[in-house]
Amino acid sequence: MDIFLLFISAIFVNNILLAQYLGNCPYLGCSKEKSVAIGMGAAVLFVIVLATVITFLIQKYIMNPFHLGYLQTIIFILVIAALVQFVEMFLKKMVPPLYKSLGIYLPLITTNCAVLGVAILVQRKEFDLWTSFLYAIAASVGFLLAIVLMAGIRERFVVTRIPRSMQGVPSGLVMAGIMSLAFLAFKGMIA
Amino acid sequence: MIAESVITLFGLGFVSASVLSVASRLLAVEEDPRIEVVTEALPGANCGGCGFAGCEAYATAVLKDPSVPPNRCCAGGPDVAKRVAELTGKAAGDVEPMVAFRRCVKVEGKVARKYDYAGATTCAGAKLLDGGPDACRYACIGLGDCVRACPFDAMWIEDGLVHIAPAKCTSCGTCVRTCPNGILEIIPRRARVMVFCSSKDKGKAVKDVCEAGCISCGACVKKCPAKAIRMEDDRIVIDHKACLAYGPSCEEVCVKSCPRDILRCLKPEYIAPAPETEPAHFPEESHVVDLNA
Repeated sequence: MDIFLLFISAIFVNNILLAQYLGNCPYLGCSKEKSVAIGMGAAVLFVIVLATVITFLIQKYIMNPFHLGYLQTIIFILVIAALVQFVEMFLKKMVPPLYKSLGIYLPLITTNCAVLGVAILVQRKEFDLWTSFLYAIAASVGFLLAIVLMAGIRERFVVTRIPRSMQGVPSGLVMAGIMSLAFLAFKGMIA
Repeated sequence: MIAESVITLFGLGFVSASVLSVASRLLAVEEDPRIEVVTEALPGANCGGCGFAGCEAYATAVLKDPSVPPNRCCAGGPDVAKRVAELTGKAAGDVEPMVAFRRCVKVEGKVARKYDYAGATTCAGAKLLDGGPDACRYACIGLGDCVRACPFDAMWIEDGLVHIAPAKCTSCGTCVRTCPNGILEIIPRRARVMVFCSSKDKGKAVKDVCEAGCISCGACVKKCPAKAIRMEDDRIVIDHKACLAYGPSCEEVCVKSCPRDILRCLKPEYIAPAPETEPAHFPEESHVVDLNA
């Protein structure tokens, strides 16, 4: 039941994009086509889960014993950036089909704030490793959901008459705001 | 505190850097240098007419996969096929010159407008509203999605219908994939007959909206001695290979049998030679064929 609540909370109520406003850059940049949005969402899922687990271990076995908590942000950025570069090289050599579908998105989210955000959030909430892992999956599924919904709406924008000043990013930002408002309704779900 | 931070970050940075540099050696992927050479031999329009994601994707496929023939680039034509065959050491094979063709004569058929469309000026947008502003759901919408998509500048809109300059068309098929009504088709330049309608409606429905459309009576299917014509979803499909193989001895009996005059011989001008690889100028008047005439 706790796990169910964790998923509902991370996907709908505290959606990482629409309720916590993390990762808005790929949200607006890669939401013009559904196929691109799905690729981006999958890459984010992959990187968030991996980065959360690795940073969790670093926090527990390097930073906590040596009382280096004040270096959390910079160490996490360093580790995540190096990790993503390594994963990119690894996929290119070992799993070319996966590299083809995720490859171009990986460098884009090297130190995306959604990735860093989830890594830091699980530390603040003091989850254990297993819960952190589940939370990372749930948060990135929430990201995937939001970006795919957004892409579906923006695909319709292309064939709609919009005043020139509102075309592109402005209408995208307005849509993001309206979607955030809509997702606020989920706040009432869990009393 | 400062010393700790510096040492920790230096240590972590050093470890990451060494892991990455070792990984870049161990996991380096060697790329075939010929891919670049073949890519350069291709026209570089990335039109996708070969069925691959772009010129580079085709170059990779033609080098790595023995079953991919060197003549798939329709934009480049026989010259490029020969060059690619040379570079890859494969047999060239013949390239049948093809051309795009519009299967609609809505002006001639006096297709009525259902409503005045004032939305975004794209066919895809108009199509969302009750199948488009024309009474026939399969008519050329005429807002030029294909014109904008054409990488070779071979199309233009006139009287609400798209026109194709055969001298510039490289038969890449980009327009075919773009058209929301599927009225464009790639046919051999040597094709003898073609049906000028692409409706999938039944005869009565076509007759109600268009004076010229194909009513799917099937007379041509029965008459063709080469069995090169068939019906698919109430839409005529011509097997041009079988038609050309049979030759002119049938005297175009299908055209004569058509009660609606929608199956026609193609004008000889339409069989213009395929363009050179780099056509930059607009075609002369004489190369432009008015299919409505």
